Amino acid sequence: MIGVIDYRAGNAPSVGYALERLGIEHRLVATGVELDECDRLILPGVGAARATLASLGGAGLIESLSERVHGDGIPFLGICIGLQVLFEHSAEGDVAGLGWIPGSVRRFADDLRVPQIGWNSVGLRRSHPVTADFPDGGYAYFVNSYYAVPADSRDVLGETGYGIDFCSIVAHANIVATQFHAEKSGELGLRILSGFATWAP
Amino acid sequence: MLTKRLIACFDVVHGRVTKAQQFQDNIDVAPAEELARRLYDDQIDEIVFYDITASAQKRKIDLETVRRVAHHVFVPFTVGGGIRTVDDMFEVLKAGAEKISVDSMAVRDPDIIRAGAEAFGRQCIVLSTQVKRVGVRAGIPSGYEVFVDGAREATGLDALDWVRRGEDLGAGEIVVNSIDCDGTAAGYDLEITRAVADAVNVPIIASGGAGTVDHIADGLTRGGAQGAIISSILYSPRLDRNVGVRELKDGLAARNVLMRPYLP
Repeated sequence: MIGVIDYRAGNAPSVGYALERLGIEHRLVATGVELDECDRLILPGVGAARATLASLGGAGLIESLSERVHGDGIPFLGICIGLQVLFEHSAEGDVAGLGWIPGSVRRFADDLRVPQIGWNSVGLRRSHPVTADFPDGGYAYFVNSYYAVPADSRDVLGETGYGIDFCSIVAHANIVATQFHAEKSGELGLRILSGFATWAP
Repeated sequence: MLTKRLIACFDVVHGRVTKAQQFQDNIDVAPAEELARRLYDDQIDEIVFYDITASAQKRKIDLETVRRVAHHVFVPFTVGGGIRTVDDMFEVLKAGAEKISVDSMAVRDPDIIRAGAEAFGRQCIVLSTQVKRVGVRAGIPSGYEVFVDGAREATGLDALDWVRRGEDLGAGEIVVNSIDCDGTAAGYDLEITRAVADAVNVPIIASGGAGTVDHIADGLTRGGAQGAIISSILYSPRLDRNVGVRELKDGLAARNVLMRPYLP
């Protein structure tokens, strides 16, 4: 059972609709108890880093999440802001993140139109079960003003160009996260959700 | 490379998509849910949903239709109409939208832009504007004035002043909707679209008037827009012939406009 974390600043229902379309068993989870009943988790998001962390913290979900993802090592997929909060620090609001993956989150340069909104291509840097059916250079839908810089380049699974080449998919042990909205990237995005549903890290 | 976007616009009344001309005389097209499914299958890049009577009728947005459409749309989905508060935005996001469009309400209460951006991030807040060419005069240095409530009410706001303010307040995207060109199929108002694109640093969406592939290409190149809202060309019963997304994308590619490739 996939748990889609439903917090105030998130778009959990959209992810739920996508999983429903794929026929993948899932539920929206909003408490630590519900979260404990799932064997894989998705952290979606559309929000700002500070609001997301405050929302998760306020619902008492951060400890449960850490326990399930770090302690129990269940598969975890972060989407958009659900990628950015995994790092140690975010320049968006100058906040400390969850720190599960070494690295930081920075803002795009001012000479670009920010946010980046639209479809951009994702170059795969290595193979990974979650992206097995996603074509190298396939297009996905991005909405972001900030991007993650993993400290260890081996954590970079996908890269996308917007002014610079930034990490658009990060993979670290039992954690995978996409900067783009996999649930809103058409059929190619749905393939990533399918890949995650059967991934056994 | 970031591509340009083709965005289908739904003007929804009672759960059905309608098509207006210069914001008037809406005629019925199809149920929103059915049209959404058809366009998703045809690989549209994005869908914008306006509950066009919510604001004037001072009622909440039709969340049930939003939810039904969201079930079939796995591309970005922006929703607007009758959004007054952060709680309204929250409900729309929970119904399956990822972006929220504010228009007339933002003119009345500009702080809604700031509050929305703070709660959900600026990328979530789309400022949609209804602009009309009125000529350069006192208070309207650009010659374009902002209107509200289905283009019925003039605001005295200069279009460029307003979009700059919207960007400062936290809008992550700006839609330039030309009242003069709406539903005419005679092309976007490239002058104001380009002026807005030059005035702000967030993405710009051209809206109102696309009738041919050339019009769309012009909006995305000469108009400086990142996205093009289309509706008549896709499904207006007033046109002799409607065109599918694939044909539009092929036409844009032939005009060297970078688009998300059509999947076989």
